[in-house]
Amino acid sequence: MADNATRRRPAEGRKQSLAHRLYTGDLSYEFVSRRRLWYLISGTLIVVSLLALAVRGLNLGIEFTGGADFTVTAPVASGSVNDMRVAVLNSGVSQLDGTTVLSVGSNQLRIQTRSLSATEVATVRGAIATQAGVGSDKVAYNLIGPSWGKQITTKAVQALIVFIVLVMLLIWVRFRDWKMSVSAIVALIHDLILTIGIYALVGFSVSPSTLIGVLTILGYSLYDTVVVFDKVSENVSELRRGNRTYSTAANDAVNQVLVRSLNTTIIGVLPVAAILFAGAFYLGSGPLEDLGLALFVGMISGAYSSIFIATPLLAQAKEREPEMHQVRQAIARREAKARRDLAAPVAAPAVAVVVEDADPGNGDDQVTREPTSRRPRQRTTRSQRRG
Amino acid sequence: MATSTKRQRPGRTIAVFAAVIALMYVLMGVAHTWAPKLGLDLRGGTTITLTARNSTGSGSVASSSLDLARQILQQRVDSLGVGESSVTTQGGNQIIVSVPNVQKDQLVSMVGQTAKLAFRDVYDVQQVTPPSTSPSPSASPSPSSGASASGLPTAPGLPPAAPIARPTAPSSKKQTIDQLLQWTPSTQDQSDFAQWTCGDSFPDVSDQPLFACDKTKTAKYLLGPIIVPGTEVSSASAGIPQGAVAPAVQLSFTSAGQSAFTAATKVLASKSSPQNQFAIVLDGTVISAPQVSYQINGGAQIDGNFTQVEANDLANVLKYGALPLAFDLSSVENVSATLGGEQLRAGIIAGLIGLLLVVGYSFLYYRGLGAVVVGSLAMAAIIAYSSIVLLGQAINFALNLPGIAGVIVAIGITADSFIVYFERIRDEIREGRTLRTSIETGWEKARKTIVVADSVSLLSAGVLFVLAIGSVKGFAFTLGLTTLIDLAIVFFFTKPVMTLLGRTDFWGGGHKWSGLEAEHMGVSAESLLGRRVRRPTTKGA
Repeated sequence: MADNATRRRPAEGRKQSLAHRLYTGDLSYEFVSRRRLWYLISGTLIVVSLLALAVRGLNLGIEFTGGADFTVTAPVASGSVNDMRVAVLNSGVSQLDGTTVLSVGSNQLRIQTRSLSATEVATVRGAIATQAGVGSDKVAYNLIGPSWGKQITTKAVQALIVFIVLVMLLIWVRFRDWKMSVSAIVALIHDLILTIGIYALVGFSVSPSTLIGVLTILGYSLYDTVVVFDKVSENVSELRRGNRTYSTAANDAVNQVLVRSLNTTIIGVLPVAAILFAGAFYLGSGPLEDLGLALFVGMISGAYSSIFIATPLLAQAKEREPEMHQVRQAIARREAKARRDLAAPVAAPAVAVVVEDADPGNGDDQVTREPTSRRPRQRTTRSQRRG
Repeated sequence: MATSTKRQRPGRTIAVFAAVIALMYVLMGVAHTWAPKLGLDLRGGTTITLTARNSTGSGSVASSSLDLARQILQQRVDSLGVGESSVTTQGGNQIIVSVPNVQKDQLVSMVGQTAKLAFRDVYDVQQVTPPSTSPSPSASPSPSSGASASGLPTAPGLPPAAPIARPTAPSSKKQTIDQLLQWTPSTQDQSDFAQWTCGDSFPDVSDQPLFACDKTKTAKYLLGPIIVPGTEVSSASAGIPQGAVAPAVQLSFTSAGQSAFTAATKVLASKSSPQNQFAIVLDGTVISAPQVSYQINGGAQIDGNFTQVEANDLANVLKYGALPLAFDLSSVENVSATLGGEQLRAGIIAGLIGLLLVVGYSFLYYRGLGAVVVGSLAMAAIIAYSSIVLLGQAINFALNLPGIAGVIVAIGITADSFIVYFERIRDEIREGRTLRTSIETGWEKARKTIVVADSVSLLSAGVLFVLAIGSVKGFAFTLGLTTLIDLAIVFFFTKPVMTLLGRTDFWGGGHKWSGLEAEHMGVSAESLLGRRVRRPTTKGA
């Protein structure tokens, strides 16, 4: 028996039985019924995000504002940054007062200026090369025209809208339930706002790679949500026969896929962390870091929202349907009958059988292991709240 | 479930799958390519993105115009002799110029130019000797000692006046064609022209005079304002006119262009050489300057001592130049070879770390099943590599840094599919099914989840690919590609392998390190292996 195994190897056993107990419902976290708490948490985070966006704004990279960005690999000493700035200012190109020079690690300098013309680029590049003591072909640069950022933004917004519409269709086709589509999209927008909020709050630089990262998150966030909804729809298909409400079935689904969700998120985040690591510590900047960061933030938010936002929202929406109302009433009637039966002496042996099967000897669970008494209690509280 | 027929399949499926992979590598062998094409951000080079706008400054651009512009740009880049460059169109209004291993600053200025065609009347022509050294790329029109100013009606006794700043935009006041034809250069224009040498820049403004040279830089021209803009040319073709020996280029104009041209030729025909010439100017270079001997009422015919090829080229130039396309320099990305190498290394390092972390976690959590993850990921890597190499050959796909990031992110997505499947198998076992049954029934259910989840990934990759700009397209491409590969792997490799492993003692017997041990699922060994009648599920519902 499993419980014997648990006792034999306690360290292993606790981890093993967690997944098992979550699946069977022995251990069940109240994801759906405590939705007010999650909504409150997420609502607060969203408000903070929006405030951060409004107050601090996004730190847009030159791809959006227009400008030139030079990178040169050269040993960085204490005065290098200032010397380089002076060299650029004295290059003979006008209006370079806004130039910034940054050192990246111990052997790279980044110089950012306003948007330059082709000939100005050549001049500035030459000045940087001379100062760094390398050939001008060793100076890499990006030049972004002033209208480029607007194009990128337009494309990103287009992509976002097209993607959301397509995803709603896809989920609807798969689950035949527009409430699932809407819940998934709400969770997705939640992730989007939180990610943008973190960017505004911390002041990470936003580049086209960031945008791509953010748009990819949308796919990933949905991936998580789809896995959960898949189990929800499976559980709910048996709703008529069982004695569960939609909320309970959905909550059971979340518990059942919790381990899977955690695992897929961890597995998904690990390579992203590697990208972030290589981008931030090896290269110091560029698409790897930008992509990695956006994905890292968004994937974690996506895992959270699929469990704490998408499913409770779905359950809440579904419970409003008359059909679900009938299910709740039927269950309430059956419970009332069960309580009457419980009071009568005839029913006593039946209860004893159930208790025996559930192995009451292992009493370390927070939630009682008697399924017949656990479920009715939850449902009663829920229906009271609703009624 | 027809388990009996299934039982025969896994080996065969894997064999067929392996054969397909082998075929891909045979193809690589045939093509003699074993390494993927690398993007310019990984090996150094310059990528220039140009965005076209039509003459009104907004709205869409005809795709034929864009493609013709692409051809002109390709010619310009080729003229630099830079080897394997590529000029492609993107997104309906963009042209991407990629030139590997080239650091010439000249490239950007050349490509950034606008293809602008115009007809101007000639005021003066001077023969010049081409400068022995290439002119400096400096923008300032500095007085050059190389100027061969002789026999010019400069103001006598005065030192050459310093060039004054020229207007760079046409005035809002429209001049009639007659006014334009009345134009004569100012003293200032003439002294500037004397100092001007081929290679110095000069603003090309429609209602202002223009200094320009011919292609060979052997003659410099003092030209009047634009009489007929290139946008008024409706067509141009090369051919040998009836009764002639040498090829000529036939032009026809729009009605507005025609009336201006007719009026101009009438005036020009009355003048004497060199002022009876009109110049066809493309991008500040005089392509041809034919003399006019009589008023032309129909289309123009340009003769000269053209070869057939030259005549075709000129006709093309006139047609292309006539296109109402102007370009904005949207972005220039220049990566030095050193930085490219570093980015490639960073990408590979990130990939290896990511792979190691995923493999490590799989073994930690799934123990023996971790081997399935490793095997499947290895297969995915083998297929992904050869796909990228083959696509490099077939559609010129070049792997760039965002592309590498896409592959790395896909490691997670691929491994996710296995997790969904493994967890399903465990769920089935918890429901009381035997291990071997669970491998099949778990697959039936996991399959749907995997397909939906991968469709979402594929969808996002597709949308990103269509709407992405520039190098980030590479990310969407590899993400989509590897998601497809993931689907293939899960269906044709992971699933059959699981069926086969279900027959082994280690996995099928639920060994305690196999990841399928009875204890983990909280069921008895009897239930797992099906040696007893199925017990009621622990759920007790």
